[in-house]
Amino acid sequence: MAKIHHAFFDVSYFETLAGQNTPVHLVDPRAKVLTTLLFILMVVSFDKYAISGLLPFFVFPAVMITIGDLPLSYLLKKLFLVAPFAFFIGIFNPFLDKQTVLQFGAFAITGGWISFTSILLRFTLTVGAALILIATTGFREICLALEKFKIPRIFVLQLLFLYRYIFILIEEASRLVRARRLRTFNGRGMTIHVASSLIGHLLLRTINRARRIHLAMLCRGFDGEIRLMRDLKIQKGDYLFAGGWLLAFLIMRFIDIPALFGDLVMGLYP
Amino acid sequence: MHMADALLSPAVGGTFWLVTGGVFTYSSKRVQHEIDSRKIPLMGVIGAFIFAAQMINFTIPGTGSSGHIGGGMILAILLGPYAGFLTLASILTIQSLFFADGGLLALGGNIFNLGFFPCFIAYPLVYKRITNKRTSPKSITAASILSVILALQFGALFVVLQTVFSGVTELPFKSFILVMQPIHLIIGLIEGLVTAAVVNFIFKAEPEILQVADPLQQNDSKRSFGKVILLFACIALFAGGGLSWFASQNPDGLEWSIAKITGKKELPPPEQGIHSSLAKLQEKTTLWPNYHFNEPGIYDNAQTPKASPLSALKTGTLLSGIIGAGLTLLSIIGIVLLLRMSKPITS
Repeated sequence: MAKIHHAFFDVSYFETLAGQNTPVHLVDPRAKVLTTLLFILMVVSFDKYAISGLLPFFVFPAVMITIGDLPLSYLLKKLFLVAPFAFFIGIFNPFLDKQTVLQFGAFAITGGWISFTSILLRFTLTVGAALILIATTGFREICLALEKFKIPRIFVLQLLFLYRYIFILIEEASRLVRARRLRTFNGRGMTIHVASSLIGHLLLRTINRARRIHLAMLCRGFDGEIRLMRDLKIQKGDYLFAGGWLLAFLIMRFIDIPALFGDLVMGLYP
Repeated sequence: MHMADALLSPAVGGTFWLVTGGVFTYSSKRVQHEIDSRKIPLMGVIGAFIFAAQMINFTIPGTGSSGHIGGGMILAILLGPYAGFLTLASILTIQSLFFADGGLLALGGNIFNLGFFPCFIAYPLVYKRITNKRTSPKSITAASILSVILALQFGALFVVLQTVFSGVTELPFKSFILVMQPIHLIIGLIEGLVTAAVVNFIFKAEPEILQVADPLQQNDSKRSFGKVILLFACIALFAGGGLSWFASQNPDGLEWSIAKITGKKELPPPEQGIHSSLAKLQEKTTLWPNYHFNEPGIYDNAQTPKASPLSALKTGTLLSGIIGAGLTLLSIIGIVLLLRMSKPITS
C-alpha cells in the first residue's frame, strides 16, 4: 500500500515539475508529444544487437533534463522502480544466445549479453522519454494536445475526468485501509473476503459520487457535450523544436556517430 | 504483465497501435452515440476507482504474499464493453505516462492485451451468456471467475506473441508460453475470486447498478454483437497477416533469428551465405561495425560445429568502437555542461 501511496505523491510531484517556466516547458505540447513519439520509434527501430547506435540518442534526454531543470536522480529512481519487467525478460538472452561475438583474451562476450545490454539501453531511453514528456508538459496539456490530434473527444474527457478524481479516491481508499489497519495487529487478516468487501464499499461510494457529480454538472448546464478551453497556439519555435529534433534523430539513426569518432581517432594514431 | 517498449519492434508495436486504434475508434463512436449523460462522470470516476482499489492489498491464500486487483473485468461488468474498454485505455495511458508501466509504443499492445479480451471476448461470450440466463450470486461467481481466467489467458498469450514476433529477446516461444500461461492461470483464479466477490457485493447492496451498467447494449446485443465479433475477427486476421508480412520484411525480426538458428547448424560459407548479406546490413548499426566474418585461420581451426563465425574479430576495430562510444558519451556530457554554463545568461 505504501508503494501506491508513494506513487501518487509522485503524480503531484510531476505536476510541480511540469509547472516550471523553462524554455522546454514553454514549447507547445503537440510538438513535445510528437517529438517524444518519434524518438521512441527511432530507438526501438534499431537492430537487436545495437549498442553504439543507441548511445548518441542519450543527447535528447540529457538536453531536455538540463534545459528543463529536471531532477536527474529522481528520474533515475523512477526508472529503477519499473525496470524489473524488461530486466527479467531480457536476462534470458545471455543464457539463450551463447554465440561468442567478442573475445578479450580468455574473456568472451556472447551475443546474448550484447542484446541484453541493448534492451537495457532501449528501456532507459524509451521510459526516460515518457517521464521527461510528462515532467516538462503536464497532464492537462498532453490531453489538449491529444484533442488537437483528433483523438476522440470522449476519450480526452475520460482522461481529464480520471485524472481529476484519482487523488480524491486514493484519499478515500487510504482512509479505508488505515481505519482497518488501526483495528488489527500488524495488518493481518486481510483475506480476499475482507478486501472484496472493502473494495465493494469503495465502489458504492464511488458510484454515489459519480451521481452527485452528474447532478452538479446538470445544475451547471451540462447537455452531454463538454467544451474544452483551447488555449494552444503553435508558433515558429515549436516547429523549430520538432523539426530540429527530427533532423537530429534521423542523422543519429542513419549515421553511426560513435564509429565515425572511433575511425577518426584511430586514423590520427594508427 | 505490461509489455515494455524495450522488448518491442516497431512493426509489432505499430500493428497493435493500428488494431487498438480501430477498436478504440469504434468504441468511442458507440459510447458517444449511445451514452446517457450519466455515463461520462461515471466512467471517469470508476477509472479512478480502479487506481484506488489497487491500494487495497489482500493476502493471497497459501502463499503469504499479497496482491491487488487488475480490474479489467470489473470495468466491463459495470460499464459495458465499449465504455469499459475506453476506461481501461485511459487507465493504461496514465500508467504509461506517470508510472512508466509499459511504454508509449507498447501502449497499443497493452490496451489490446488487457482491454480487448475482457471487454469484447470474455464479457459477451462468457459473462453475459452465463448471467443472462439467471442472475444469482452463484452464476455471478462462476461467470466472473471463468471470464477473468479466459481474458488473462488471452492477454498472456498475446504478451508472448508480441515478444516473440518482435525478436528483441531470445526467449523461445514454447518455453515462454509454458511459463506465462500457468502463472496467469493462478493470477486469473485469484483475480476472478475477488472480482466475483466485489460484483456479488454490489449485487446484494444495489443490484440496479449492474442493470444500469448497460441498459442500451442489452436491447441490441443479440444482433450487433455478432457483427462486432465478426468485425474484430476480420481485424485480427488482417493484423495477423500484416504482422507476418512485416516480420518477413524486417531482417532483424524473425528471419534474422531463423537465419541464425539454421546458420548454427550448417555454417555456410560466409561469402555466399545468408550471413554475409545480413552482416552487411548489420554492419551499419552494430557496436563494432567492421568485424570480419571469415578470418581464414580461425575458420580452419574451428572444426567443432558450435564454433561461431562471429568470434573472429580484429582488435583494431574493437578499440575504435570503444573509443567512439566513449567519445560520443563525452560529447553528450559536453553539451550538457555547455547548456548549464549558458543558462544563467539566457534565462
